[in-house]
Formats: sequence, C-alpha cells, structure tokens
Amino acid sequence: MENKEEIRIGFYVCHCGTNIASVIDVASVAEYVSTLPNVVLAKDYKYMCSEPGQDLIIADIKEHRLNRIVVSACSPLLHEPTFRGAARRAGLNPFYVQMVNIREHGSWVHEDRAKATEKAKALARGAIGRVALHKPLEKRRVSVNPDVMVVGAGIAGIQAALTLAKAGKRVYLIEREPTIGGHMAQFDKTFPTLDCAACILTPKMSDVRSHPNITLLTMSEVEKIEGFVGNYKVTVKKNPRYVDEELCVGCLDCIDQCVFKQGKFADHFNLGLSKRKPVYIPFPQATPKLVVIDPKACLQLMTGKCKQSCVDACDRGAIRFDQKPEHIQIEVGSVIIATGYKTFDPRRMPQYGYGQYENVFTSLEVERMVTASGPTGGHIALRNGEKPKSIGLIYCVGSRDNRYNKWCSRVCCMTALKLGHLVKEHTGAEVFNFYIDMRAAGKGYEEFYHKMLEEGIHFIRGKVAEITDWAMTPEEEGHLVVRVEDTLAGVVRRIPIDMVVLVLGLEPQEDSREVQRMFNISCSTEGFFLEKHPKLAPVSTNTDGIFLAGCCQGPKDIPDTVAQAGAAAAECLALIDKGYVEMEPMTSFVVEEECSGCKTCINLCPYNAITRDDVKGVAVINEALCKGCGVCVSACPSGSIKQNLFEDDEIFREIQEVLAYV
Amino acid sequence: MKYSYFPGCSLKGTGKAYEKSFLAVCKALNIEINELDNWNCCGATAYMSVDEMKALGLSARNLALAEARGLDLVAPCAACYGILIHTWDDMEKYPQRGDQVKAGLDKAGLKYTGKVKVRHPLDVLCNDVGLDKIKEKVKRPLTGLKLASYYGCRILRPIATFDNPENPRSMDDLMEAIGGTPVEYPLKTKCCSASHTGTLPEVGQQMSGILIREMEKRGADIIVTGCPLCQFNLEVFQEPIRKRFPEIRPIPVVSFTQLIAYAFGLGENECCFKNHTVPVQKVIDEKVKPVAAGAR
Repeated sequence: MENKEEIRIGFYVCHCGTNIASVIDVASVAEYVSTLPNVVLAKDYKYMCSEPGQDLIIADIKEHRLNRIVVSACSPLLHEPTFRGAARRAGLNPFYVQMVNIREHGSWVHEDRAKATEKAKALARGAIGRVALHKPLEKRRVSVNPDVMVVGAGIAGIQAALTLAKAGKRVYLIEREPTIGGHMAQFDKTFPTLDCAACILTPKMSDVRSHPNITLLTMSEVEKIEGFVGNYKVTVKKNPRYVDEELCVGCLDCIDQCVFKQGKFADHFNLGLSKRKPVYIPFPQATPKLVVIDPKACLQLMTGKCKQSCVDACDRGAIRFDQKPEHIQIEVGSVIIATGYKTFDPRRMPQYGYGQYENVFTSLEVERMVTASGPTGGHIALRNGEKPKSIGLIYCVGSRDNRYNKWCSRVCCMTALKLGHLVKEHTGAEVFNFYIDMRAAGKGYEEFYHKMLEEGIHFIRGKVAEITDWAMTPEEEGHLVVRVEDTLAGVVRRIPIDMVVLVLGLEPQEDSREVQRMFNISCSTEGFFLEKHPKLAPVSTNTDGIFLAGCCQGPKDIPDTVAQAGAAAAECLALIDKGYVEMEPMTSFVVEEECSGCKTCINLCPYNAITRDDVKGVAVINEALCKGCGVCVSACPSGSIKQNLFEDDEIFREIQEVLAYV
Repeated sequence: MKYSYFPGCSLKGTGKAYEKSFLAVCKALNIEINELDNWNCCGATAYMSVDEMKALGLSARNLALAEARGLDLVAPCAACYGILIHTWDDMEKYPQRGDQVKAGLDKAGLKYTGKVKVRHPLDVLCNDVGLDKIKEKVKRPLTGLKLASYYGCRILRPIATFDNPENPRSMDDLMEAIGGTPVEYPLKTKCCSASHTGTLPEVGQQMSGILIREMEKRGADIIVTGCPLCQFNLEVFQEPIRKRFPEIRPIPVVSFTQLIAYAFGLGENECCFKNHTVPVQKVIDEKVKPVAAGAR
C-alpha cells in the first residue's frame, strides 16, 4: 500500500538539559538530518517533552503541513505517549510519530562525543526512512470488568479489599491459609505507638468477613490466569477444609471431642511453640471463624480408621471428610498481588546456634510468647519454663550481609526495640541490643528509639560474631555467650546471656518466582516483585491491570504497607471508573489470501490469541488477546502474518538506512 | 581414584604418623597417591606476610607441578592446604597479580592455568570415596570412644570448599562412620594457637587450654585433627598448659587418618600410635567396647 501523498517529515532532537547534549552534538545531528529526503525541517530544542517543546511540534505540523514526526530523545517508554499526544492535538495520526532513543541508548552509555554523535545520526536516518512508510492506526477500546481480585489477605490485601469494597466494587479476596490476617495477626504490639496489633487488625478482619462486596476464599490459591487488562479469567483452586463452610458456626465442639485428647502437632501459627489437635482453629480471632482439619494429622484422613468423634460432636453435620479440591472460575478486570513475605531461616547461620542451643529464639517466636493469647499466655520463658534474667536481641539476622541477604529489611530495628521494651516489661530482665546501625527513619521512630534509650536497656553497636555455650569464666557457666565487637568501645566482648532473640530479616515468599511467572510480572534479583517504576509507578507492574501491595514488593512496615495497599486500590478504581482501556494497535493480523491454514502459529502464540477458522481454512488472530510479541509473524512459513508498526518493509527500511549511514 | 600428593615439611617430620596413616588408608581404599617430584616449601603463613608476590610464586610452583600431572592435588597438612587454596583463589580473583606469578613460573619452564584442584583428605574421603565405602572397610569399630573432631583454623578458612566453616561436619561424620561417637562442642574451628606457642607461649597456652578444657568437659576421650600443626601443638604442650588449667587431664591427640587406619584393622606401622607422647592405645583399650565376634 504505497502512500501517494507527499511525505513531509519534521525532525526534533532533544538536549534533555545536559543529559543528551553533553555527550551528543545535537545541533550537528539536526543539521545532518535536514539534508535527508522528505525532511522538511530539523530542529534541536532544550526539552522536547516540555510544553513549549510539544507546542513547537504542533505549530510546525500546522504551519509546514508536516505529516510525519521523528523525535530523537529518551526512551519511548517515557515520552512516546507525550509526542503521540502532541501529534493528535495537531490533527495528525499519533502513529505517524517515531522516536529515536539517544539517551538510554546513547548519551548515558557512551563517552566518546564524536562516536556517540555518529550513532545518533545513523539511528535518526533509520527512523526517517521508516516513518515514511508508517500507516495511520487507531487504538481500540476494550471495556473493563469492574471486579477485582486481591491475592493474599494479610494487612495489605485486607486494606486493599476493604477500600475497593467501600467504593462499591466487588472483590474476590484469595488467601491460602485457613484464616486471613497474615503476619500482622501474629504480632502482639506494633511500633512505635505500642498499640495492640490484634485490636487494630481484627476489626478489619471482621469487616472483610461481613462486607457484602467481598467474596472471601480461604485455603485457596490462584492456579491460572488468562486474559488481559480489564478482562482476566482466573482459576482458583480451593483446597479442602474438610468442614462445610456454610454449616460450621465455630462452636469448636469438634475440637473438644477429637480422639486426640491433647494437642500433638506443631501449631504453625505459634511457630511450633505449642501443640494443636488435627482439628483446630488457628487462633481465637481467626477469620472466617471456622475449624479446619489437617489432612497430615487427622487419623480418619490418613488411615481411614478413626471413630470420628468430631462428627458425632457436630450437631450441624459440618464435618466433611469427603471434600475434594474445588476449582472456581472468576472473571475480574484487575488484580492486586499482596502475597507478603517470609522470615529469614536462621539455621542458615550456624554461628548463631538456632536449633542448636535451645534458648536461642526468633523474633516471631518471642512475638508469640509475649502475646496474652499466645502459647505461653504472655510469659517470656526459657525452654525449661524459667524466667530469663538477661535477654540479648541480635539485629540484622540475615539482612545487610553479603553472605545471606544484602538488603536492609527495614522493619527489624523497630521490631527489636519494641520487643526489647516488651520483654523488659514482662520479665524485668537485663536487655542487650546488638545492632549494626540504628535505622529509625519512619514517623515517630527516632523518638521511639530515644524513649528506649532511657528505659535502661543496653545498646551495643557491633555485629555479633557468634553465640556459643562454652564458658571462659565461672560467671559464664550455664549461660549462652554472645561474642561481639563493641565498635563504640573498641573492644571484643563476651556477654553471658540467658535468652537470645534473633531479629529476623524479611525475604520473598518461597514460591514468589512461580507467582511472578503466573501473573507475567517481573522480579528483582532477590525475588521481590518489581514495580513498574521505583518512584513514579510504585504499585504498578509491567503487566497492565496487575498491581502490588505490601512486602511482596519489598520489606516494609505496616504504615507503608497500608498506604501502598490504598494506592493499589486507587489504581484499580482509576481503571474501573474510566470504564475502558485502550489497546495498543501494534497487533498481528493475517493476510487471509496468503494463509494456508497450516496452524504453525497457533501453538506458538504465548497468549492463546490465534485460532483457526475451519470454514475459511485460515488462522484468525484475536486482537484483544494479541500482545504484539511478533512470534507468529516470524514463524509463519508463508509470510502471511503481519504486524502493525512492524511490517517487513518498515523494519527493512530502517535497517537499510542505518547501514547506509555506517 | 588417583591424586597427586603434596606432603609439605610436617608430614615428613612431626606429622610422620599422619603421612603413614594417610597413605595406608588410601591404599586400603584403592586410592593411588603420587607424591609430587621436587616439591618445595608451601610458604605457609610466614612468607605471605613478608613478601606476598614471592610467597604466591613459591606456592604456585607446587600448583604448576601438580597441573602438569593433571590430577587433583591432595594436601593433608592444613597449613599447606590453606596456602595452596589461597594461592589458587588469589590468582583467580586478581588476574593481574596472577599474570605476574605466571610470568615468573614461565621463566622456570612451568605452566599454571588454574585447572588444578587442591583437596584436603577429609574432602576426598567424605565426597570422593563416601562414608558407605569407609563403613564397609571397618573391622575394628571404635564403639564407645568419644571423639572431639577438631578442624582448626585453616581447613575451612578463609576459603571453604567442602564443609561449613561455622559448623563443620565432615570429620565428625567420618568418625561416626568408623563407629566412634562425635562430641559436640562449639570450638571446632577456633584457632589452636600453633603459631603463637613458639613466640608468645602465654597467649598460645591460653588458647590451646580453652580448647582442650572444653573438649574434655564435654566428654572427649581423644582429640582428632586434620592438621599436623594442631596435632603437635595440642599434644606436646599439655604439661605447661596444665599449669594454667589444672583441671585438664592428659588426652591423646591424633590425626583422623590414624583412627581410620586402626578401624580398618591395620597395624602399628600404619597407625603409629607409638609416635605420641600421650598414650593412644591405652585410651582405645579402655574406652572401646569389644564387638561380639561375627557381629561385623
């Protein structure tokens, strides 16, 4: 389809302040381009993305009857929409605009001014050549399903779900544990205000349960997600609870009557500090307040031989040993991933003796112990039941360490201060804090730190070398010994201590990579989900319609998590209230006359966008599903699949022109 | 299985028992050991702190000799092992320095590319031979004998290639494989102070004393080492150490290969228990529970 009209190209090269101009001779690029065929004018300007820069393009289009625009500036990821918008405002089809990236691919990565300028000229010539062949394209609009799925029901997921539900949207809240609440439900107090975690969390948990707009799916995991922004189809696998959720009222009679008279199995919620029965409720405020049966502990489920006294105890007949995993299909327009974190496994640091010395505990274990409803009823005790006389808190366990995790886990300094305060209050013990640096950057955190400094607890600045149990002196006999370099006093110290608390760093969930692949988002090298832009799109991902909240994106405290959850909900609302999404037109299409219907492309398409029309005997591409990856285009044996903006003659012309320059 | 062997000065001197038992155990396990021809002093710790380049050169010469043979190089002495591994690692990490050393070797007609692997006998026995093969060969299990495996500072530090430097297991596993009972104690890789004993005896004896006291406190009948320097240091200074730590009783200190040789049923010529100042056989006779005939 040769374009008959006269091609009139306007070329603009941006200084980007000094970002580009300090390395590339922009004036000479403009001068060179002005000599190329079809180029009506070529200009350089300090900031093309600024309003005067855009106005320059608009005025030139009108005045010089330009019908093609090339802008040499930064990455099209940043400002392609800006310049396409300017073209549209001037009455030109936005797809007549082509960008050349001479910043990320030019000035930022080259030092040699002459060579970088040459490269910029060659790339500009390629764009001038290709833009002449561009065709006018239109973005398609697709409506947005107003329902939202939130994956993970810790404080991040709960907050996001409630915000959306309050705005009148239907939310599917998916949680793989039997109860919602996440890690926050395990905490006793929260820093720096020392308000009770349960008191502020459980009302929100009840709200989730009772809100008519929230469909809560516990014991459930997302198994599959298909579709695209605005229109996702999700398969959720709901694992059996072995209890009918409609019938159970949480009376707990079945637990009392279980054939196990005592708890026998490690209680995960209490990190194994207490034992539970095969039928149990994770904690008193578990939401939904339903019992759950552990198939790896229940006699009936493991052996088929049990007198099933739980069944007799339940007058509502809610026990269901025959429950099987269910697959639930839901359709949503957007997704918030709030899958949280796991704590560092301290067994990876044998020098700290966790698992080896019984009185080395983790911060989460002590968190449970200090809680009134916890495994010890709120008493801090050594494994032998005695009250510790001295307690050492070791900061940065697994964090800020090249051998384990390099990152700062952000919450541990404050967690340790809080625990230090609580254990002091509960036991009157002498408390030692072993810290590397005190990071108290949140609101009220530094003040909290100063308050702790005045509470008579010790602060020793130094990374603990090891925790051991060999005594050098009689005073050390029978105690754990913390060996540490006190970097403020400049001495190596041995401090005998009864109870050591390892304040654990935060890590991505074990299966974060699987979640990343399933939702087609990105991960940073350490495994936290990657936001679209670290500053300007902190809750978006590279997949439209999928947003992030909470620690799955990186370690953060409760205030930041809640704020981020609100932001993710707001992003969903923005999408929903707009009502439609515009689809990029760079999709593939089949030239039916040339297609032999060989089906080669069908299996290759990663998005299942291609089917075969058996009547016509040709491939059909669903434009709504096509992401424009180009796999089918390159695979088609007869060359009958083409892709908008990436047609062969456009690509070849660009290569030709670049090579002609070099 | 074939290896090149770098004995170093110790195994030809104070560590003779280590060499004899090591070679005997290898023979029993069908491992071929070929001593390097014309090897030179490893350089150990002393050279490095005086002239690093020359020290690396000396050490690399041994590596080059081994590379010419194309076999892994076994260095039973922890000090030799440590310095050879250090040299290999240093030349990998700092290619500029490595190139200088290589140029030096080149003048002596030697070639070093970094291919040769330096191995400790603990590594070879645990990972190449395997504990099952060792168990099969045991004729006289050390049932009832409580062994404190002492790894010392050099086998796993600063470069750990086959075990965890904070909580090593390999020697304990081997001792368990020959029927002994490993003693758990937290000082397995703490320095024994061998290099201080000659120059600063008061510091050295304090450090060794802590080690021996702790091992005995936790029930050790015998101390097992993988380093001839630790072995010598912990054994022969027990008299003066006792002046500081009167609670310490005499405890034999042997190389782990000697006990394996014994468990394999080899004789005094291979076990070399008579090479020691603290009697070894006596403790074994007292502590090892006789196994009923035909039990194995």
